[in-house]
Amino acid sequence: MTRLDLTRSPRALALLRSRWPQFLLRAITLAGFIFTILAGLMGSVVGSHNFAIIFVWIAWWTALKLAFIPFGGRSWCSICPIPMPGEWLQNGGILQPRGSMGIGLGKRWPKVLRGTWIQAGGFLLIGLFGALTLTSAKITAIVLLFILVLALALSLVFERRSFCNYLCPIGGFSGLYAQAGPVELRVKDTDICAAHIEKTCYTACPWGQYPLALKSSANCGLCMECLRVCPSENIAVNLRPWGSDLGPKTKHRIDEAFLGLVMLASALVDSAIFLGPWGQLKSAAYNIGSPDWFLFAGAFLITALGILPGLYVGATWAANRFGSTNASLRKSLAHYSQVLVPLGLMVWIAFTISFAFVKFGYVLPVVTDPLGWGWNLLGLTKSAGVGETTSFSLVLQVAMLTVGLFWSSRVALRISETIRQAAPLIAFSSLFTMAMLWLLVG
Amino acid sequence: MKKERIARWIVIILVLTAIGVPLGSWWLSRAQGTQIEIHARMPENGGWSIDTIQAKVGQPIHLRLTSDDVVHGFALGKSDMESWLSIFPGEYVETTLVFEHPGKYIFYCTRWCGLNHWRMHGEIIVTGEGDPIPGDSLPLFLQYNIDIDAPHYAENIPSSPPSVERGSRFSDRLPNYAIDKQTYFLTSPEGLWLKLRSEPSLSDLSDMDIWDIVRWIWDRQNSSNSQSLGFKLFMALASAAHGESGRGDGVMARGLPVMDHSNMGSGLVRPPDFTDPHVLLSASPAILEGKIIRGGMGTGMPSWGSILSRDQIHSIIDYLYTIAWESIK
Ligand SMILES: [Cu+2]
Repeated sequence: MTRLDLTRSPRALALLRSRWPQFLLRAITLAGFIFTILAGLMGSVVGSHNFAIIFVWIAWWTALKLAFIPFGGRSWCSICPIPMPGEWLQNGGILQPRGSMGIGLGKRWPKVLRGTWIQAGGFLLIGLFGALTLTSAKITAIVLLFILVLALALSLVFERRSFCNYLCPIGGFSGLYAQAGPVELRVKDTDICAAHIEKTCYTACPWGQYPLALKSSANCGLCMECLRVCPSENIAVNLRPWGSDLGPKTKHRIDEAFLGLVMLASALVDSAIFLGPWGQLKSAAYNIGSPDWFLFAGAFLITALGILPGLYVGATWAANRFGSTNASLRKSLAHYSQVLVPLGLMVWIAFTISFAFVKFGYVLPVVTDPLGWGWNLLGLTKSAGVGETTSFSLVLQVAMLTVGLFWSSRVALRISETIRQAAPLIAFSSLFTMAMLWLLVG
Repeated sequence: MKKERIARWIVIILVLTAIGVPLGSWWLSRAQGTQIEIHARMPENGGWSIDTIQAKVGQPIHLRLTSDDVVHGFALGKSDMESWLSIFPGEYVETTLVFEHPGKYIFYCTRWCGLNHWRMHGEIIVTGEGDPIPGDSLPLFLQYNIDIDAPHYAENIPSSPPSVERGSRFSDRLPNYAIDKQTYFLTSPEGLWLKLRSEPSLSDLSDMDIWDIVRWIWDRQNSSNSQSLGFKLFMALASAAHGESGRGDGVMARGLPVMDHSNMGSGLVRPPDFTDPHVLLSASPAILEGKIIRGGMGTGMPSWGSILSRDQIHSIIDYLYTIAWESIK
C-alpha cells in the first residue's frame, strides 16, 4: 500500500494548515449559494436559461461526480458553504476551531436516527421529485434555501455538523463513494495519539470523528481542523490508490448497503427517465401528482426497496452459503456492501458523462447571463452551441461501466474467501451493469 | 482576533454582494421604465404578459420580448412580414416602435404556438396629435352586398389542367368586361367560364379553351410577387389550420368534424379542402376576401381584417386560386 503524504511537503502543509485558503473558498461558495437562490427566485423561468438550474443541476452536480469525488473523495464537503452560518454561531467565530464560545444547545444526535438511513431516504425523495427541481428554478431555489435554514437550525440544537453527518443526501453520496476516492486523512504515528490525553483533534472535529480511529474516509469531511490543532503534527493527508477503504478487513455497516442500493436504483431510474426510449416514463416523472406519476413512483420505490435489495440479499445469501465461516446474513450484507461502492461510483460517472456532453453548452450562457435578463457579462458572441452525444462520449460511458464491473468484481474477490463465494456478487454487478449498458448505450 | 474580524467582513461583503447584485439591478431596471419587457406565453399559460400598451405619437417605445415556453412571434397588425420577430424561449429580442397616427394598433403572435394561438394578441393604444390611422376601404362583400356564407360548389370544372399560355392566344377575341378588374373581383372562375361559354363570338372554342382563357385572366390580375407573398403568409398564418397543402388538414384542424350545413356555426369545424377545385372555382375573390377579413364566425378562424393589410389578403387569395388550378389533374 503506497501512500503519498502531502503534509511532508512544507508548502502543501502550510496551505492546509492555514485557515485562509479554505475559508476564502467557502466564503465564495456561500456567496455563490445565496446568489443561486436569488437567481432561482428572480431569474428566467426558462430552466435552460436559469443560473440556478444550470449551475446546480448541470455544472455542480457534474463536477461533484466527475471531479470532486473521484479525485478528492469528500473534497466538496471541505468547501461546502451549507454548515458555515451554523458554525459561525456554534463556534462564536468564523475563523476559529470548535470551542465553547458559541451558542447552541449542543445536544447529541439521537441514536435511533444515526447512520445513513435518512440520507438514503433523502436521495429517494430526490429521485421521486427530482423532475420538479430539475425544471423549476423556483423550486430548486426553495429547496436550497430550506437546506441552508435547516442546517442552521439544526446546528443550534445539535452538536457539530449533524446535518451533514446524518441528513445531507449529498453528504451520504459523497461519503459512500469517498471510500473509493484517492484521498484520506489518517494519523501518522498511533503511539503519539495514544499518549496524547487532551484529544484536541476529536474536540476540534466538526464531524465528531476521532482521527486515530479513522479507518474509512466515509465520515471524514477533509476539513483539516484536526491537522490544525494537533500539537504533534501527527496528521497525514495521504494520496492513496483508488478503492483503499475497500477490503477484507475494513468495517462496514448495514446502512451502507442500503445507501449503496438506493444510489444504484437512483442511477438506474434516472438513466431510464432521461436516456431511455420511453417518453411516457419521462412525462410521468414530470407530472408530479398525476396517476402516471404514482405509477412511476411505485415502480421507482419497488426498484429501490424491492427488486435491487432482493437481488442483493439473494446474492449475499448465496455467497454466505459458499463460505466456510458461518457469518450471519446481516453481517454479510454489511460486508459485501463494499462491492456496491465502485459499481455505483462508475455507474454514476457513466450516467453523468452521457448528459454532461449534451448539456454543458448551457453553462457558459447562464454564467454570462445568470438571471436570464439578457445580460452579457462575459461578452460572449451569440449563444454557444449545445453539444451532442458524440460517439466519443458513448465509448467513454462503456469504458466507465466496464471499469465499474471489473472494479466491483475485484473487490468482491478480495473480500471473499473463494472465487465461488464471490461469484453471486459478481453476477449481481454484471446484471446491473448490463441493465445500465442497455439504458445508456441502448 | 483581528483576522477573525477581517474574515467576518469578507463573508458579510460577499454575501451582501450576492444579494445586492440581483436585487439592485432588478430595482434599476424597474426604475428606468423606458422600456417594456413582455413575456410571451401560450394562451393557456397566460398569453402576453402585457396585452395593452400605452404610447404617444412620435415617442419611441422599446420592447424587450422573451418567451417563457415555446417559440412565439411578434408582429404589428398590417405590418410587412419582414418586420415580424421570432421570440425564442429564454432569449431576448428587442424592437423599437414609433407611431405616426393616434389610434388603436394590434399586435399578435405570428407563430402557431398552440391550440389557442389565435387568442394571442394585444393592443397598443397611441394617443396624441395627428391624423387618425388611415382606414381600409370597405370590404367588397359589403360594397356589393354579397352573402359570403351562401353555399357554393362548382358544377363545372376543367377536365385537365388549364394553361395560361394557351389561354393568352385568345386574348384579342375577348369581350371587354372579361379582363376588367371588377369582373375578376366579383366573379368566380366558374361564373366567368359560364359567361364566356355563352358568348356567341366564342362558340367555336372548346370547353377547355374557355378554361384556358379563365386561367389566363386570373393570372394577369396578379403579379407573381403577390403569389409568392401569398404563399409565405399562408404558410406562416394559415397552414396550422388549413394544412400546408391547403387540404384542410392542418395540425390544429385534425380530428375536427367536416363542415356541412347541419353544423354550420355550431363550433370548430374542419376547414374546406382547397385542393378540391369544386370549392374555390365557385368562389369569387370578393367572397374569399370577405371570409378572410371577417373570419369564421364560430368556426375557429380568426378575423384577419385587423391583422393583415388588404394587399396581404389579396396576395393570399391569389395564392389560394393557384392551389385550386394546380390541383386539377
Ligand atoms: Cu404564440
